[in-house]
Amino acid sequence: MAEQVLLRERPAGVQEKPVPARSRERLLQVLFLVPAVLYLLLFFGYPVAKNVLMSFQSYTTATFYTGEAPWVGLDNYTRALGSAVFDKALVNTVLFTVGSIAGQFVIGLALAVFFHRRFPLGGVLRSLLLLPWLIPLIVSGAVWRWILDQDNGALNRFLGATGVADRPGWLTSTSLALIAVIIVNIWIGIPFNTTILYGGLQDIPDELYEAAAVDGATGRRAFRYITWPLLRPVVGVVLVLGVVYTVKVLDIILGLTNGGPANATQTLATQSYHLSFQEFDFGQGAAVGNVLILISLAFAVLYLRATRRAVDE
Amino acid sequence: MRRRAWGSTVAGVLILGVLLFPVYWMVNVSLQPGGSAVDVPWLPLDVSFDGYATALDQQGRNLVTSLIVSLGSVVFSLLVAAPAAYALAHFRIRGANWVLFGILISQMVPGIVVANALYSAYNDLGLLNSIPGLILADSTAGIPFAILIVRAFMGGIPMSVVEAARTDGAGPIRAFVSIVLPMSRNALITAGLFTFLFTWGDFLFALTLTTTEEVRPVTLGLYQYIGTYVNDWSAVMATAVLASIPAVILLLVAQRYVAAGTTGGAVK
Repeated sequence: MAEQVLLRERPAGVQEKPVPARSRERLLQVLFLVPAVLYLLLFFGYPVAKNVLMSFQSYTTATFYTGEAPWVGLDNYTRALGSAVFDKALVNTVLFTVGSIAGQFVIGLALAVFFHRRFPLGGVLRSLLLLPWLIPLIVSGAVWRWILDQDNGALNRFLGATGVADRPGWLTSTSLALIAVIIVNIWIGIPFNTTILYGGLQDIPDELYEAAAVDGATGRRAFRYITWPLLRPVVGVVLVLGVVYTVKVLDIILGLTNGGPANATQTLATQSYHLSFQEFDFGQGAAVGNVLILISLAFAVLYLRATRRAVDE
Repeated sequence: MRRRAWGSTVAGVLILGVLLFPVYWMVNVSLQPGGSAVDVPWLPLDVSFDGYATALDQQGRNLVTSLIVSLGSVVFSLLVAAPAAYALAHFRIRGANWVLFGILISQMVPGIVVANALYSAYNDLGLLNSIPGLILADSTAGIPFAILIVRAFMGGIPMSVVEAARTDGAGPIRAFVSIVLPMSRNALITAGLFTFLFTWGDFLFALTLTTTEEVRPVTLGLYQYIGTYVNDWSAVMATAVLASIPAVILLLVAQRYVAAGTTGGAVK
């Protein structure tokens, strides 16, 4: 979307009206945009600004009664960011994001290449693949929680029946819980990756492959010298978008493990939620939330550069 | 060649079978009688709708709440987004690029940050536990998306069509309502469907901005189900199935709009 957003030229031939009618016309034109701008300011601008302020205040349950939120300087940051939970959450956020993106992308790309071949029912199967992406995240969380259940979950029954492993506690063991959560998030992200990458593959002209085949490049070589270089702009967009969405994932983790056991699946997003809405320390929650904004912003810059390049190439 | 093509179909069905197993399992468990957790059969041979009866009894009201909030969010989002999309596609307005930049940046703002600030603002305004409050908050997903999708489409409408209406004496508002909107029907449907899905699936705002039973979307109902000790998994999974119905309907009925939205929303 970004390329069109930032780089689309004005449609040619828009005539300017004579001066008297023009100012009224201008006003009307601006009015078309006013509700959206107001909404964006109120529901994105205000929350970000408010979070920055809150992060320097002692903003707790008491604030709701007394209306007072004393300034505390960097206190929220030193407390929230200095805690052992934060270190754990930061590492988990990185692992969760990198693991999810790597899995989603590799499987998504493999499926996109697979569906790019034309075969009977290919279109139907490809659209069914969208289902995990369309159902509510908390539904996926609930279903997977039941599948991964240690005693009666479908996965452990399957593993038990085949003798592969002896009922691991996917969501209850500190060493497995993060892996389990990542696997579920990979599952959710596959349809998105497949769909976008498939769209990218569709845009590569067939003649290139035909020409390459004449030169003896097929299969893996064709992928390396034609598919991959031409797909790269789309890959950039998919990866950066993936990071921006994955960094702030909350539904899945709360639904599966609630950040536990022993903070094993705590991320910055869940920690921010816990601080604000379970410990009712909105100041500390805002501090962690601001760290999350900074991380997203860093990737936002990458995203804008990637989409810009996607158009230039 | 032909044989290889059908070979791919078989492989495709197998891949889909593995990937959609969780969806199958959800349906399977929802149809099991009793809801006991121990050794659920792999196939629902002994079909029972008890889970659905319990789910409708306990979550029916939440489903209605979700429906009202989602429809409200669709209406509100399109009312705000469609004129903006038109203005951004066809008018030369100073600062328009900043609005677009703002929309892009807004996608990077984590939901928890919005919820954090809205909670105190809603508390002051009395919007906690209210349908309008949820509609406004849930539209944070739909409005930016709808503006981008509809704008991309409206950019393709030739200006001459609008100009023709204008020379016939239609004001800018009439030209928008009677020419541009009908021509953008497909884009509006796509944006509306996705806004519905976003809101229907919202969990974060339901979790943070509602605390009472009166206003509780089904996503939160489901979360509270699994948060407590679960002794009736068939009711939980029946609720999950019911909460997935909009997604399935969308996939079956509005296939081409979904495809347009998936690609349109991401890179196109």
